Amino acid sequence: MNTNIKLAWRNLWRNRRRTLITVASIFFGVMLSAYMTSMQEGSYTKMVDIVVKFYSGYMQVHHEDYWENKSINNSFEYNQELADELLANKDVEFVFPRLESFGLASSKELTKGAMIFGIDPLGENQLTKIADKVRSGKYLEAEDEGVLMGAGLAKYLQLGVNDTLVIISQGYHGVSAAEKFPVRGIIKHVSPELNKTIVYMSLAKCQEFFSAENRLTSLVINVADNDVMKRAFHDLKKKMKAPYSIMSWEEMQPEVVQQIESDRAGGIIMKAILYIVIAFGILGTIMMMIMERRREFGVMVAIGMRKGKLASVIFFETLFIGLLGILSGLLVSYPLLLLQSANPIPLTGQAAQLMEEFGFEPYMFFSTAWQVFSQQAISVSVITLIIAIYPVISIFRFKVIKALKA
Amino acid sequence: MNIIEITNLHKIYNESEVNVHAVNNVSLNFKEGEFAAIVGPSGSGKSTLLNMLGGLDEPTDGKILIDNTDLSELKSSDLIQFRMQNIGFVFQSYNLIPVLTAKENVEFIMHLQNRPKKECEKRTMELLDAVGLKGRENSRPSKLSGGQQQRVAVARALASKPKFVLADEPTANLDSKSTENLLEIMEDLNKKENITFIFSTHDQRVVNKAHRVITLEDGKIISDERKKGTGSDS
Repeated sequence: MNTNIKLAWRNLWRNRRRTLITVASIFFGVMLSAYMTSMQEGSYTKMVDIVVKFYSGYMQVHHEDYWENKSINNSFEYNQELADELLANKDVEFVFPRLESFGLASSKELTKGAMIFGIDPLGENQLTKIADKVRSGKYLEAEDEGVLMGAGLAKYLQLGVNDTLVIISQGYHGVSAAEKFPVRGIIKHVSPELNKTIVYMSLAKCQEFFSAENRLTSLVINVADNDVMKRAFHDLKKKMKAPYSIMSWEEMQPEVVQQIESDRAGGIIMKAILYIVIAFGILGTIMMMIMERRREFGVMVAIGMRKGKLASVIFFETLFIGLLGILSGLLVSYPLLLLQSANPIPLTGQAAQLMEEFGFEPYMFFSTAWQVFSQQAISVSVITLIIAIYPVISIFRFKVIKALKA
Repeated sequence: MNIIEITNLHKIYNESEVNVHAVNNVSLNFKEGEFAAIVGPSGSGKSTLLNMLGGLDEPTDGKILIDNTDLSELKSSDLIQFRMQNIGFVFQSYNLIPVLTAKENVEFIMHLQNRPKKECEKRTMELLDAVGLKGRENSRPSKLSGGQQQRVAVARALASKPKFVLADEPTANLDSKSTENLLEIMEDLNKKENITFIFSTHDQRVVNKAHRVITLEDGKIISDERKKGTGSDS
């Protein structure tokens, strides 16, 4: 085996320039593909981050009928045992309650449909950091009697801090709900949709308003990241019993998952084209190498080298070309992407404006998740292994006497 | 004792729908320790005969027995193994592995035989010494002259301790000094170690050194002379 590897390695450098050109093609392919993947995955991570951090959280526990019919009548009574059970999972960082419903928000002359979120101001801020989004006024206190409004809604209703907002709705089990609330602050929500409809109030005030004492529509569960979420979700789902059900952000936001998947598929096609071009480059080199050395192969088999051994030498040569390309590509792209990930590229002009409108920060984000690099390593390895079949077949098919006369 | 027995050997090539009888009903025996040359004009069938003798080409008809093993009965993979254990090859254009040093080229076949490392090194150094290349063992073929490369090829051919060595026009690319030197080395190995050498050649200097000269013409043996006083005249 050692002789085979030594032979393969030395053979690689017989035509140094050709080997370097082939390795360089893989190197640039890996770099480009890693860069593209990193940019895509970075943007998905950011997208998930926004969805999770500004709206749903990683997971939520509801009443089992709530998601089908998002009515306050499908809320559930707060249960400390349930919260403790969720917190007992080692991946769960914190759990906080919400009571969500709809209502008509009015000012003196204007009315608009609004989403009403009853929140635990401290807990909610841990996840969504909405206190930082307050543009004017102040954030809610624990049992605040006032409300926070989305800037879009406030603008529509022509309300400012310390003005009075009237909300009319239907409470738990059809009880009518109507009340005046002082506006404590105006927030600029990152989601443009929520910005035009959101009203936050303290959970206690919200429960009182909807006559839903001690009731919640959801318990929002937070974990460290999406990978941890998958593990925790799997675990918690098994433990969840009626009348509760648990949902991941992916189940609650299928359109986001779909958007990511379709974008990812586009990226895969681009990368496949790139790798096919590289594959033909490697194949060309290997074919040329075989043609040039037919006579030498003939001699080796003539003096007693088994074709299997000879094939393994050529197999190693092909593999070395792939490995050198992968290693050099990853060695350069990893620090580069680490740097890019720490310093996202700021966008300017219309692109930035468009992103901001959709609630995204106007930056190109990069991911340094291991998949960004492993994908490239696996792709090139598979390509190399497939290409390596060609010389193996040619060696098993050649006739020694013909090769000696080549 | 015969180590090679060739009986009614034929080789017919079909080239452009014309049958070419490259070897025509050849029967020959070689004894252990012979130093024989197969001569004849181009196209007389020398190389074809040598290739069949080395198990590199298949006869159309006839039989080749090497140490009582019928080559035609061996499977392709067994034939490779058989060649490695029994036959040494020296080619016209040396055909050393360019990425290996002289020493590694000689050791190569012994590695294929899975011989112990120490034994490989010992035999390699002995052989390189015998062919006058002591001190050049770490040179790659590109750093050696044609004559030196052919001497490495001879050492390589002998490394596996074969029953005989087939040399196809071994001096064709060498100058007269290198030819003389190479022939002396091979004759010396033949005398001292009783190694059988069979050459195909055009070279009169090789013919002069050979103890037995077989002449081929149009694929047939037209003469088989053993020189007196060479040990091959029995």
